[in-house]
Amino acid sequence: MSTSENVGGSVASTNGKTAASAKKPGRGSKVVGWADERLGLATAAKKNLRKVFPDHWSFMLGEIALWSFVVLLISGVFLTFWFKPSMAEVQYFGSYSQLNGMHMSEAFASTLDISFDVRGGLMVRQMHHWAAMLFIAAMLVHMMRVFLTGAFRKPREVNWIIGGILILLGIVEGFAGYSLPDDLLSGTGMRIADGLVKATPVVGTYMSFFMFGGEFPGDDIIPRLYMAHILLIPGLILALIAAHMLLLVYHKHTQWPGPGRTEENVVGFPMLPVYMAKAGGFFFIVFGMSALMGGLLTINPVWKYGPYDPSKVTAGSQPDWYMGIAEGTLRIMPGWETHLFGHTLSWNIFLPGQVIPIVLLLMVLSWPFLEAWVTGDKREHHLLQRPRNAPGRTAFLAAMITLYGLLWAAGGNDVLAVLFHLNLNHITYFMRGAVFVIPILVFFLTKRWCISLQRHDNDKLLHGYETGIIMRSAEGGYTERHLPISEESAYTLTARDRDEVFVPGSGVDANGVASKDGKLDGIRGKLSTTLFADNIQKPTAEELEEAHHHADDEHAHEIEAGLDHSADGHQFDGRHPVDEEALRGKH
Amino acid sequence: MTDHNDTSSNHLPASVQEPIANPGLPAHLPRPTDVDPKAERRAERQVAAFFVASMICAVLFCVAYFTLDIKDETDTFIGLGASNVALGATLGLALMFIGIGVIHWARKLMGDVEIFEMRHPASSSEEDRDTTLAALSAGLEESGIARRPLIRNTMLGAMGMLGLPLIVGLRDLGTLPGKTLERTVWAEGTRIVRDVTGTPVKPSQLEVGDLMNAQPEGLVTLHSEELIAEGEERGVEYLEGVDLQVEKSKASVILLRMEPKDLTFSDRSPENWQIDGIVAYSKICTHVGCPISLNEQQSHHLLCPCHQSTFDLADGGRVVFGPAARPLPQLPLTVKDGYLVAQSDFREPVGPSYWERDSK
Repeated sequence: MSTSENVGGSVASTNGKTAASAKKPGRGSKVVGWADERLGLATAAKKNLRKVFPDHWSFMLGEIALWSFVVLLISGVFLTFWFKPSMAEVQYFGSYSQLNGMHMSEAFASTLDISFDVRGGLMVRQMHHWAAMLFIAAMLVHMMRVFLTGAFRKPREVNWIIGGILILLGIVEGFAGYSLPDDLLSGTGMRIADGLVKATPVVGTYMSFFMFGGEFPGDDIIPRLYMAHILLIPGLILALIAAHMLLLVYHKHTQWPGPGRTEENVVGFPMLPVYMAKAGGFFFIVFGMSALMGGLLTINPVWKYGPYDPSKVTAGSQPDWYMGIAEGTLRIMPGWETHLFGHTLSWNIFLPGQVIPIVLLLMVLSWPFLEAWVTGDKREHHLLQRPRNAPGRTAFLAAMITLYGLLWAAGGNDVLAVLFHLNLNHITYFMRGAVFVIPILVFFLTKRWCISLQRHDNDKLLHGYETGIIMRSAEGGYTERHLPISEESAYTLTARDRDEVFVPGSGVDANGVASKDGKLDGIRGKLSTTLFADNIQKPTAEELEEAHHHADDEHAHEIEAGLDHSADGHQFDGRHPVDEEALRGKH
Repeated sequence: MTDHNDTSSNHLPASVQEPIANPGLPAHLPRPTDVDPKAERRAERQVAAFFVASMICAVLFCVAYFTLDIKDETDTFIGLGASNVALGATLGLALMFIGIGVIHWARKLMGDVEIFEMRHPASSSEEDRDTTLAALSAGLEESGIARRPLIRNTMLGAMGMLGLPLIVGLRDLGTLPGKTLERTVWAEGTRIVRDVTGTPVKPSQLEVGDLMNAQPEGLVTLHSEELIAEGEERGVEYLEGVDLQVEKSKASVILLRMEPKDLTFSDRSPENWQIDGIVAYSKICTHVGCPISLNEQQSHHLLCPCHQSTFDLADGGRVVFGPAARPLPQLPLTVKDGYLVAQSDFREPVGPSYWERDSK
């Protein structure tokens, strides 16, 4: 195999047969020359124009988030031309006859105008709302991908934290955005937000009064939210996205292990033209998809809710989906409140509204540091891990997803009760226990599942893959025939590190470096045991050698029996010539 | 092959014990468009066709914009406005065809040869780091910040003090809470009026089991000038705009008539606050302030649709289920001129809890 020389990148820099160097640009060189004499960009561009990006479908998730944010900026600018962020009371005389003559805020009236008197307005409004949901959903799924594959490890911990803050900002931005129309549903959301703020110990009342410009609802909150929604938060998001992307370019993208892919190189397609085309084309797909959804799928029909009235509410009120877990925690919390020296502390609101979301976020953000502390691993990692090869981490995420799902379901307990004819109170009591018990069960279940998959990988390496051909021996016993997997697949399966369990008091850490016995060593040892002790390690060279030796023996036996080729079953009916037949085509 | 891997593992100690050596990049397999000129031309035509389709959609968008009316028609086409559907579909397709065309071009016709680059460690070189540290200490040394603690400390103090203007400058964001959360517009003799029509309520107009959303007189906008004039004569102040919203978010009540024998009286719900089984409770949930609205007629239980706190209106507004911690405040009722009126304001703050709240 001549291409094996590519390992380490010391010889060829491509797997193609001809050099991939571009021809000198002709007409363009004049323009480049003009610009470079003034901006000096050629030095930076020479590295980046043909920058290599590895290819995998899961690397597209962050791209969806990025492009949906661009769609949000474009559609948002369009909406600002007509939206009036004012809570002044006006009488509505627009095209939507059912609300004709009603008193409402200018914000709500202008939202109706965008929906019914501006052509394309409703489409863009709905596109904006759908793109917001896509933005947050894509960020969350992207975060899960990064977590499951260990892409957050050194040197990418800072980018992991930037990503976490982006998700938090995205959620706040979404909440601010859907509060702007000042309709009955979003007004109820603001009322709940007011309740959450007021529950803050000591300063809660003041925070509420300073937010709303006086007593709830006041007439300041919509203009203030508007400023936050179109300037402050998008500015922060934009700056953090820039930092996120710069770090991505600086670190170079992670890649999956495989033939020719190492910790020292990055294999893939060049930025120009392939990635520019694929990523640029993908922007149009995301944009087009949002436009289609804006035209064809109704979302947030505020005209059906009507203007905000603090004495009204509709049954089955639900916030946007990404607020669901906060809603769920709020709903299942028991009614605990402490009265002390003429003061009230509302645990029932303060804990679910402020403490728990922050604790959950900090847990996720601190994971890279926790894992690095437990393993003692100080190396850089650019090759991704398959989720099964980090069973503890995968199980942790599965437990967190379960918790998220349970809280989400709890946030819709009334909807579930109606849908499944269940007792609302029973659902709530069930959830109060389930959020503690089920994630723990899921953790251990997922961990064992991953370990089983690791065993399966080792079986494939040692004994080959299952062909599906059942062999009957002369004695009448049945066995399944196994065939060895290709060298490429075998290498890919073994391209991972061996886990080492930290033993407290050993005086030596996982990398064999002498360490002082710290106070937290006991905890570190326990965590290390939970995360790594049960994992199955890849076979050693000797084990592989022995297994192949064993297989060769079997093969010799098969040659004797005339079975040394792939079979599809027909081979054994005695009626077919079988020389040219292959089991599953050519690999 | 083996030789090469051995040399590359010199700087990669982990790979020494690798059970299988890295076989290197697999050879590039040509696509049909790389070897078959017919397939190549077909792909070229396909890409161009996508771009043409996009142009057609862009034109159709303009046609739809000027020919379809929006106005009040929200359900002319599959339950949606025709203009909305047409604009969304044409714009969406115009964009998507560009995207599909470009990606098709990239996949079929642009080079698909994998190339690779070497990575560099995230850290700077040892030399760069030393130079930076040297520059840093030289700069700090020249500033004398370590040698002159007086300057350093006063500077830090000055910068810290800048926090004050920053915080004080935000003071006018809102009025101070004071006692506003403890009061509503209810007062002795305030008439209870129907939420929608604004008309006063006689006890006899409520049947047992009836539930009515109500407001203090003045918080419902009347449509008859005559009635407003009559109300103003009795000293009623009709609120509008933001004042109306603020007061409504505290003063809204629920009237419910039950069999008097079903009621449980206590200190917080004495017998003389009800009229023939009619009680009035704050409509604002004591959890986070949603208006309570769902009534279970048989059990006199009232449910908040936001977080499902459930209150027993036959038993002083006690919490029977859910995240709320406190009973609903009750409004003391009496009758004046034949109509239901309040004896006074609520005896405790309504709505969600807050730090300064001084009662259970």
